[in-house]
Amino acid sequence: MSATPLLELRGIDKSFGPVQVLRNVDFSVTAGEVTALVGDNGAGKSTLVKCISGIYSIDSGEIVFDGRPVRINSPRDAAALGIEVVYQDLALCDNLDIVQNMFLGREKRSGLVLDEPTMEQMAAETLAGLSVRTVKSLRQHVSSLSGGQRQTVAIAKAVLWNSRVVILDEPTAALGVAQTAQVLELVRRLADNGLAVVLISHNMNDVFAVSDQIAMLYLGQMVAQLRTSEVTHAQVVELITAGRSGGLGLSGDNGDGANGTGTSGADRHDTPPTATTEPGVDR
Amino acid sequence: MTAPTTTAARPLDVPAAPVPTVGSHVRDYLARVRGGDMGALPAVLGLIVLCAIFSVLHDSFLTQGNFANLFTQGAAVTVIAMGLVFVLLLGEIDLSAGFASGVCAAVLAQLVTLRGFPWYVAVLAAIATGALIGFVLGFLVAKVGIPSFVVTLAAFLAFQGVVLLLIKGGTNVSVHDEVIRAIEIRNMPPWLGWAMAVVGIAGYAAVQLLRHRNRTARGLVTEPLAVVWFRIGVLAVLVGTAVHILNLERSHNPLVSLRGVPIVVPIIVLLLVLWTFVLNRTAYGRHIYAVGGNREAARRAGINVDRIRISVFVICSSMAAVGGIIAASRGGSVDANTGGSNVLLYAVGAAVIGGTSLFGGKGRVFDAVLGGAVIAVIDNGMALMNVSSGVKYVFTGLVLLAAASVDAVSRRRATATGNR
Ligand SMILES: Nc1ncnc2c1ncn2[C@@H]1O[C@H](COP(=O)(O)OP(=O)(O)OP(=O)(O)O)[C@@H](O)[C@H]1O
Ligand SMILES: [Mg+2]
Repeated sequence: MSATPLLELRGIDKSFGPVQVLRNVDFSVTAGEVTALVGDNGAGKSTLVKCISGIYSIDSGEIVFDGRPVRINSPRDAAALGIEVVYQDLALCDNLDIVQNMFLGREKRSGLVLDEPTMEQMAAETLAGLSVRTVKSLRQHVSSLSGGQRQTVAIAKAVLWNSRVVILDEPTAALGVAQTAQVLELVRRLADNGLAVVLISHNMNDVFAVSDQIAMLYLGQMVAQLRTSEVTHAQVVELITAGRSGGLGLSGDNGDGANGTGTSGADRHDTPPTATTEPGVDR
Repeated sequence: MTAPTTTAARPLDVPAAPVPTVGSHVRDYLARVRGGDMGALPAVLGLIVLCAIFSVLHDSFLTQGNFANLFTQGAAVTVIAMGLVFVLLLGEIDLSAGFASGVCAAVLAQLVTLRGFPWYVAVLAAIATGALIGFVLGFLVAKVGIPSFVVTLAAFLAFQGVVLLLIKGGTNVSVHDEVIRAIEIRNMPPWLGWAMAVVGIAGYAAVQLLRHRNRTARGLVTEPLAVVWFRIGVLAVLVGTAVHILNLERSHNPLVSLRGVPIVVPIIVLLLVLWTFVLNRTAYGRHIYAVGGNREAARRAGINVDRIRISVFVICSSMAAVGGIIAASRGGSVDANTGGSNVLLYAVGAAVIGGTSLFGGKGRVFDAVLGGAVIAVIDNGMALMNVSSGVKYVFTGLVLLAAASVDAVSRRRATATGNR
């Protein structure tokens, strides 16, 4: 890894009651790069994101931002650090227009009155900075936009605030081929503009198309975080579904450094998320 | 990937929309109407049709005296409807607004008549009572989590009882205070009516033209200047005509003169301007629309959703209090029926007929005025024709149903055409 990470998570644990959803997770994000976060359904991706964005508090572990250890206790804390999240369900107000949505909750005012011209100009500049040309008018209601355009608005909303980390939870899940390509292009451009981007996706083609690094979660554990150029499609799939692939991923037995070889990829763990037989659980 | 990598310095060319012309503006409007966003259109058409029908059926409908009656008769319902718009914007309902106005009117009567307080103390106390009622309702809805339908249905019943208790089971308490009575039964001198009209139109024109200039100067897409002037012109003609008619002599007795704009009219205009400003120009108003459109999105945007929900009930009940004061002013007394019978249905009907959606997220304070006018015309026209209460209720019910159908259908259309 070339640069030092902008955001680094070390040994994050998170439980909901008796269910431990995240176990000793390490994760790092570098500015100017797209870091893909992949894992099967229920692996804990959304939960990890919510820990970063302050919606959930972490049980233990450390979050380091820009070299300083930080505590993120609320979405406000995350926003203050410049961490913005585009959620799986976009959370836009259909009855408001593009500008109104982009500034929702953080409206520009002059005195008591909303400063519409300034907001409209800033929104226009942000969209221009992202080379977005697909929207007809900034004053059209979000309800009249296509899925891809809505995603664009949600992403633009996230980058409006001089944000430094933008996390996208499955931004292309509901999109067609053309719109997926548009959104991925936008994701790439965010990183090229110097932001640290986290992309959650189930689509390996998308992940390999835009990411610089891939972090793989398996049943709440981070099995590996590798440079995209150093892994193959098949290896990633195996790491996601089995937790290891060849020499990569979780070790085969409980002794941590005993052997890093593991067994063949055919040796799958079909254990439920609450499994107690997983390596690393015993103390 | 094909696009250049550094784009921050790219020229500002995003709103690639062509500069709007009068033609494109009209086309956009027609497209919006076809797409289900009919706005004020049904109410305006309904108003014209109803006025035409009643003036054909009864000669005294189109007289200056009756025209003035429309304002004083519709005032209380309109003001209550203005408050209801806020609650409806969140997709909630306040069924107790009618009797809340009764309670506040009873408080007013108690203080001003039975205890001899000055009118302003009584008025403030009535409005404060409304605010308190709204806070309790809003708290029960937002914090305790009871559906607003149930909370306000319970309040509907309870407030009916409170009115009875406040007037001590008596038949009524009269309100003789000169100032309070003046709201509904006195008129402004004709010159003052004209002066206010001119100031109002000039103010509207100034705001509209300044905004247009400001936006053009900053290179933002603006509507054509002709459209702005058209709106100003329409307003000037409507207001001018109304003031002119209201300034005509309407007394049948040659010894007393009865002319001028009723005092309640500028009060309604003031409330309309105030609440329209709050909804359209402040962050608070924006947040009301946001919570009504998508509560979860509003929450994630850092908006204090509970506070917004409580506050709209406070506004609604406070406006109900103002409506109650107007009703007391008109009747000269407060009885067990003040704010009762059809007041609530008329008020909800006014908001919905004007174009405020029952599904939340869509509505303007002006809708209450427009719908209030429709309701006043129906009520007044039918009274002139001496139809029985039975016919009147059935007809009003049908109009409300028609308005709600327009709302539901246009919403279906909007989702069909909007979300493609
Ligand atoms: N609030 C909660 N309370 C209890 N369990 C939860 C809660 N949120 C998530 N979980 C559990 O945590 C696990 C991880 O969920 P999470 O939503 O993070 O998965 P994910 O990787 O985002 O999955 P997907 O790809 O389906 O979005 C799941 O087993 C889920 O049931
Ligand atoms: Mg998820």
